[in-house]
Amino acid sequence: MPWKLLNWKFLLSFAAFAACYPTAAGAQTVVKIGIVNSFSGFLAAPGDEMQKGMDLYAKEHMKDLPQGVTIEVIKRDDGTNPEVGKRVAQELITRDKVNILLGVMGSPIAAAIAPLTAEAKIPLVITNAAGVSIPRISPYVARVSFTQWQTAVPLGKWAAQQGWKKAVSAVSDFIPGHDAEAAFNKGYIDAGGQILSAIRFPTNNPDFAPFVQKAKDAKPDVLFIFVPGGTQATAMIKAIKDLGLREAGINVVSTQDLVPDEELPNMGDAPVGLVTAGNYSTGASRTANTVFLSAWAREYGPRSTPDFFAVGGWDGMAAVFDIIKQSKGKFTGDEAMAVLKGWKNLDSPRGPISIDPDTRDIVQNIYMRRTEMKDGKLVNTEFETIPNVKDPWKELNPPK
Amino acid sequence: MNDIASAAVNVAFHGLTLAMVLYLISVGLSVTMGLMGFVNLAHGAFAMAGGYVMTTLMNRWGLDFPLALFLAVAVVTAGSLVLERLLYRRLYGGDELDQVLLTMGLIFMSVGAATYIWGPLAQPMQPPELLRGQFNLLGHTLPAYRSFLIVCGAIIVTVLWLALERTRFGAQLRAAVDNLRMAETIGINTSRLFATAFAFGSGLAALGGGLGADLLAITPGYALDNLVYFLIVVAVGGLGSIRGPFLAALVVGIADTALKYYVPQFGAFFIYALTMAILLRYPHGIFGRT
Amino acid sequence: MMISPDHPSADPKPMLDSFARRHRLDPREALPWLVAIAAYFAFPDYLALQAQILATIVFALSVDLLLGYAGIVTLGHAAFFGVGAYTAGLLAANGWGEPLSGLLAGALAAGVVGFVAGAIILRTSGLTLLMQTLVVAAMLYELANKAGRITGGADGLQGMQVWPVFGTFRFDMFGKTAFLYCLAVLLICWLVVRTVVHSAFGRSLTGIRENVLRMHAIGAPVDRRKVLVYTLSAALAGVAGALIAQTTQFVGLGTLSLERSGTILIMLIIGGVGQLYGSFIGVPLYMIAQDRFASVDPVYWYFWIGLFMVVLVLFARGGVLGVVRRLRQPDGPQK
Repeated sequence: MPWKLLNWKFLLSFAAFAACYPTAAGAQTVVKIGIVNSFSGFLAAPGDEMQKGMDLYAKEHMKDLPQGVTIEVIKRDDGTNPEVGKRVAQELITRDKVNILLGVMGSPIAAAIAPLTAEAKIPLVITNAAGVSIPRISPYVARVSFTQWQTAVPLGKWAAQQGWKKAVSAVSDFIPGHDAEAAFNKGYIDAGGQILSAIRFPTNNPDFAPFVQKAKDAKPDVLFIFVPGGTQATAMIKAIKDLGLREAGINVVSTQDLVPDEELPNMGDAPVGLVTAGNYSTGASRTANTVFLSAWAREYGPRSTPDFFAVGGWDGMAAVFDIIKQSKGKFTGDEAMAVLKGWKNLDSPRGPISIDPDTRDIVQNIYMRRTEMKDGKLVNTEFETIPNVKDPWKELNPPK
Repeated sequence: MNDIASAAVNVAFHGLTLAMVLYLISVGLSVTMGLMGFVNLAHGAFAMAGGYVMTTLMNRWGLDFPLALFLAVAVVTAGSLVLERLLYRRLYGGDELDQVLLTMGLIFMSVGAATYIWGPLAQPMQPPELLRGQFNLLGHTLPAYRSFLIVCGAIIVTVLWLALERTRFGAQLRAAVDNLRMAETIGINTSRLFATAFAFGSGLAALGGGLGADLLAITPGYALDNLVYFLIVVAVGGLGSIRGPFLAALVVGIADTALKYYVPQFGAFFIYALTMAILLRYPHGIFGRT
Repeated sequence: MMISPDHPSADPKPMLDSFARRHRLDPREALPWLVAIAAYFAFPDYLALQAQILATIVFALSVDLLLGYAGIVTLGHAAFFGVGAYTAGLLAANGWGEPLSGLLAGALAAGVVGFVAGAIILRTSGLTLLMQTLVVAAMLYELANKAGRITGGADGLQGMQVWPVFGTFRFDMFGKTAFLYCLAVLLICWLVVRTVVHSAFGRSLTGIRENVLRMHAIGAPVDRRKVLVYTLSAALAGVAGALIAQTTQFVGLGTLSLERSGTILIMLIIGGVGQLYGSFIGVPLYMIAQDRFASVDPVYWYFWIGLFMVVLVLFARGGVLGVVRRLRQPDGPQK
């Protein structure tokens, strides 16, 4: 099987040892899109989802591009490492001379790249990284994914409204985790709840049992959890099940990262009854989602499932395509940003979305979902919609 | 007071589970390093392979847990024999640096191959129906699978130690670790002993990797991510010792769990500090030989 | 009447010859520098990568000093690299962005840590020493992780503002300044290493590596020498770390990681240990290969570099320079 690894791409690169990338020939306008994504490291699995979403949109809508305009997509791996991410972004800008940057899974990586966009005046459309203050680092950054505050504040409020008076939070110890913790606290405490304790566990953690045990021992009414999406979610669910939190009378809530649609098949029946807040579920019945799901199944097969990472990639590519369409393939950084501010997509699989011109951050519906078993498969069913949520953190913390 | 006792029991329990898994995986490394003087940094790759084979057999081909585990151990043991003959054998008694380079190369290959075959996700493991959920013991609710792990580990360790004391192979192993030249002069076929010990150690690692798939997630980076812990268990336990790593694994397992529980903000720092202190006091490990 | 060689009217050529002999100057030694300058002009789009290669060569030199000359195997040298990086980084992120003083601060900090660590752990050897080097680096990693408020933790140190070198040469995205800055620093570090290696101290290190017992027997201060070389090596690693921090304007936990310690060892081994130039060959080879292959398919990269390492060990001991030497003197004596 290793011989398959000697594919043509590989040998070509070997031969072109220190060569530059070939430049596009012909009279076509080529828009170079630089994608910085995590293909290795602990965010590799969601990175793969995000990439699939981007690629699918591009494939489905290639025909919508203006005459004579084509795109060239250059993908670079940041290895879930901000140092590497910064370097590959720099290379995409200086070496490959991309017109626009797309992507970034991890918030620390996006934060490292943002200053480059300001120096080079190249826009970055963030398709996942959810750290709240990132768009403020550079005026050339816009986000189409979500922030933890958008999902966790309504969740905190909802939890308090259920009459669950005492809570414990357990989050991953990095920017998104801290954001989620602070956001949940805000929503929960403002609605009358009391936080008993806050646990933080290391990001690259294989075994959640000790931390869940500690949460259980504090005997709260509700446990708020945050883990980065992907396989950590499955491990956390397992710890919750193994330690019998439901039997102990503890309700578990989280953001959508705990029950990503594509991990659900691996979780058995453990997540049934979990309530999460998120911006996308495969169970949504709107038309745009049905179209999206069938395109996905056509391209990636029936056993593959999209999740919110994929939709982030999909919508990000949609934004880039709209910039290209509006500018006929030739745009400066400022012109692109002008399109992005106030950009709308009413046909997103997750419902209507737009970018706030003041904050350059996403405005979208947030859904409260319950994980249920339907026809023998787990699905996150949306039972409440909170429409057009702007990022609460920015509202509460205006720029100085 | 009851809460504190309860918490302590839980910490000890989870710590013991981790210790069992660490021991099963590391004991083979201790023997390899003590007996053959070979710095096998890639030892974790055998544990990983065991985990991957077992989960693939269970998930894709629907085999039962015991059968899948058995086959995984068998496959990895056979594979390790091949590797030993082809690669490792050439570097016995050789330069330490060459061994480091070879085994690091093997680790890298394992990362690439695992990502290629199984992708970057951790392999899901569903324990058999019988071992899911929890049960009650003396007023404590304990997770079933982890309890099974502890019992299983205890049995294996006992069998291992008995084998060491009571069998001919065990005697030969102990002799060779003690003094290789003498062992050769009295007619022990050290070449075959090495191969057998290596295979045995790798098989145990595969067993540990498979059983512990819940605790130490089976990801492509497994061999690298857990390397430090395996090395700590071996170094603290003492090279070549079979009992030493058990004590070391207990210390590491329980300390790690306790720290995560009580002072999560310090992480593994204290484990490393503890390791350094122990190694300063016992440079050859607690049960090591000078 | 014999005119002494020091007399100003004496023919300068013999003086130059003896200078050259004492320092073992060889015209071929100019080669790496010529290659570097040629690369500057030939690959202007790759200056950022080249600058990082140069800085990494400094790192590899520091490890070579330890491994190739003093015979100390270390799997934790990233500790000092990281200390240097974070020192320079923290200075730049908190108002003092002057690069040269940042570099010196990094070297000093790393040297101090190296001295303390060395004094504690160098009394052991073999696997135990290897473990201790690993553990030192791991402890520093955890410290940096937990001191997140200062270091940025897993998110990395943001907000570094490095001032222009000498007030005029700004560090831009394209890497021109970075390249020349790293090249100059590499030259100085290389001169230092070269002098040490060819000196009496350097020769005593080789003695320690080859036969410790005899060194003790002749009364050489073995332990002191080991700690001294360890400290020097740590300081050099700190310089490399500071260089990387200043030229990328970012410091992450990866600077302290086991992976960093392992890969620098590998790069050095590929080039050839203990032959002064192994670093100059192994580092560019590895980093350029990684840049090319990893960008195509990072998954495959790990597999192929691993295979390459295995093949290297089995068929090309001593790295590239070892192979070169064997080709030139097939049955000749080792160095």
